[in-house]
Amino acid sequence: MIRLEKRPQPSRLWTILAPVLAVLLTMFVGGLLFAALGANPFEAIRTIFWDPIFNAQFASFTRPQLLVKAAPLILIAIGLSIGFRAGIWNIGAEGQYIMGAICGAAAGLALYPSESLLIFPMMVLAGALGGWVWAMIPAILKTRFGTNEILVSLMLVYVAETILGSVATGLLRNPEGRGFPGSRNFKQWDAAHNAEIFSGTGMHWGVVFAFIAVIGAYVLLTRHILGYNIRLTGEAPRAARFSGVRPARIVLICLGLSGLLAGMAGLFEVTGPAGQISIDFNSGYGFTAIIVAFLGRLNPVGILLAGLLMALTYIGGELAQLMLGVPGASIQLFQGMLLFFLLGVDVFTNYRLRIGRREIA
Amino acid sequence: MDLSSINPILLIASIMVSATPILLAAIGEMVVEKSGVLNLGVEGMMITGAVVGFAVAVNSTSPAAGFLAAAVASALLSLAFGVLTQFLLSNQVATGLGLTLVGLGMSSLIGKPYEGIKSPTLPKLDIPVLSDIPVLGRMLFSHDLMVYLSLVLVACVWAFLKYTRAGLILRAVGESHDSAHALGYKVVRIRLLAILFGGACAGLGGAYLSLVRVPQWTEGMTAGAGWIALAIVVFASWRAGRVAIGAYLFGGVTVLQLNLQAAGADVPVALLSASPYLVTIIVLVIISALGAHGAPASLGRPFHASS
Repeated sequence: MIRLEKRPQPSRLWTILAPVLAVLLTMFVGGLLFAALGANPFEAIRTIFWDPIFNAQFASFTRPQLLVKAAPLILIAIGLSIGFRAGIWNIGAEGQYIMGAICGAAAGLALYPSESLLIFPMMVLAGALGGWVWAMIPAILKTRFGTNEILVSLMLVYVAETILGSVATGLLRNPEGRGFPGSRNFKQWDAAHNAEIFSGTGMHWGVVFAFIAVIGAYVLLTRHILGYNIRLTGEAPRAARFSGVRPARIVLICLGLSGLLAGMAGLFEVTGPAGQISIDFNSGYGFTAIIVAFLGRLNPVGILLAGLLMALTYIGGELAQLMLGVPGASIQLFQGMLLFFLLGVDVFTNYRLRIGRREIA
Repeated sequence: MDLSSINPILLIASIMVSATPILLAAIGEMVVEKSGVLNLGVEGMMITGAVVGFAVAVNSTSPAAGFLAAAVASALLSLAFGVLTQFLLSNQVATGLGLTLVGLGMSSLIGKPYEGIKSPTLPKLDIPVLSDIPVLGRMLFSHDLMVYLSLVLVACVWAFLKYTRAGLILRAVGESHDSAHALGYKVVRIRLLAILFGGACAGLGGAYLSLVRVPQWTEGMTAGAGWIALAIVVFASWRAGRVAIGAYLFGGVTVLQLNLQAAGADVPVALLSASPYLVTIIVLVIISALGAHGAPASLGRPFHASS
């Protein structure tokens, strides 16, 4: 007879071990999946997890991609994790990301073709504001009317997607684009281009901000009273209220912060790797960031590592698609599976496995 | 704009068709939530049902087999959620999201070879006598079987929860799992059954989308229908009859905006296409502002028989 016994305290060992075990399990089941798809499982796993960093032939190209893909994931996941800690479920980061990109791009395009040095900082600000405003909608509805933030923030993703489609073909369309949908290309406009800071590293401003966000979140959560209150709200809402924490304020701060970061991520993406506002600009980073946040144990440093790992599966996935003909969708499944295994393995953090009969107390 | 191009008879008839997938998913989710479990994976289960139903229907040329396979596949997927949340005590919100991500990934993987194919669809049942009634007949009585089945299902769920002993136990588990456990009811087993039922219903809803409503497979075709089903459960304050009303209202918005687009209404197209989601938000706000309650007290709380 196997049963679970609650631990008095979450196990520290398992907090770290669980993500590692989840990754191994995902590799194993993923290998079976690739075998079923007719690819050599060992080769597929090596292509995804090893080749992008160490293969002499590709690494010079794929290694910089690691930071490019990880930056938006880390930026968004940091914001989400702070909310998740307080029990505030912002599931609409994808929408905030899109709105950040649209607002930031629009603010810049309004001043085209100025080459002022202020253009890019202003666009970053506008992008952050766009994401913030989009996140304030569920936040205010929650604090005013008690509306469920999960459903509202998610519905807003679909609204943001229709807005994106509309501005890409209308308001923000490139006037010199011969009627094709999509905005001007920021890569051809130096003042607004989020270029690589050191060439060949993939390091752009989004990466810088991602690192700042990691440090900022770490300080906030471990050294600041607000971070303490956020954690308290999530772990013991009643106790938090008795100690004078106003739940409405926490909701506004947490959602606002994650909207801000997601909006920035959108702006860095549209001015950098994506280059322009287009109908299919949204990339699913907002949803993958949820996995990153959990895989990183809602801990800033953990999220940094998880973001890099998830970026690796993106790049490795593309490589596997190219080299082995593995369908691209299998990577998405791979990432979902990772979250699933993590949640399952996590039981050992809070519970101990006991084999044998229950003793009589 | 030419409103006269909108035929009211066809409008009502198409509202019934467009409401059916959400109704199926929502009534299943309501049973799950009544048992105290919040499964946010409806979207993932629906799209899995859509792709499996489509694939099986195309290969067997039998839509009925498609529906059956969709229900089984989504129930199996929901079983993964059940095992994680009930035995391994994982966070229900996170696991539900994970289920959606897995479902979306898996469906596009399975669906790739089926893009651009037309599926065998359900025949319209022209119910004798009733469908011959002049206007009402075409509006209400000449649909396919699933439209009626979904309504029968709502009635069955309503009667089950209200009048049967098993329904009472299910509600008791959802209201207070500790008391139900103390009375000797198998909380985990009952919840697993509810989760399986919810999964099967979501699968049927998804299959209805890909086999009848659109009759083809496109990636991400559920486009938030599963989330809207979740919102409808809140809208309905966890009552079966109101779930049906909610689904039909929502179906009405979806069809009406399409008709208005076709008629060239003087409203931006983006606003029209976003309207189903905007309406859902507005309805949610009104419901929560009114303070309409009825959520099962144990909703979303993990149960472990340790205390």
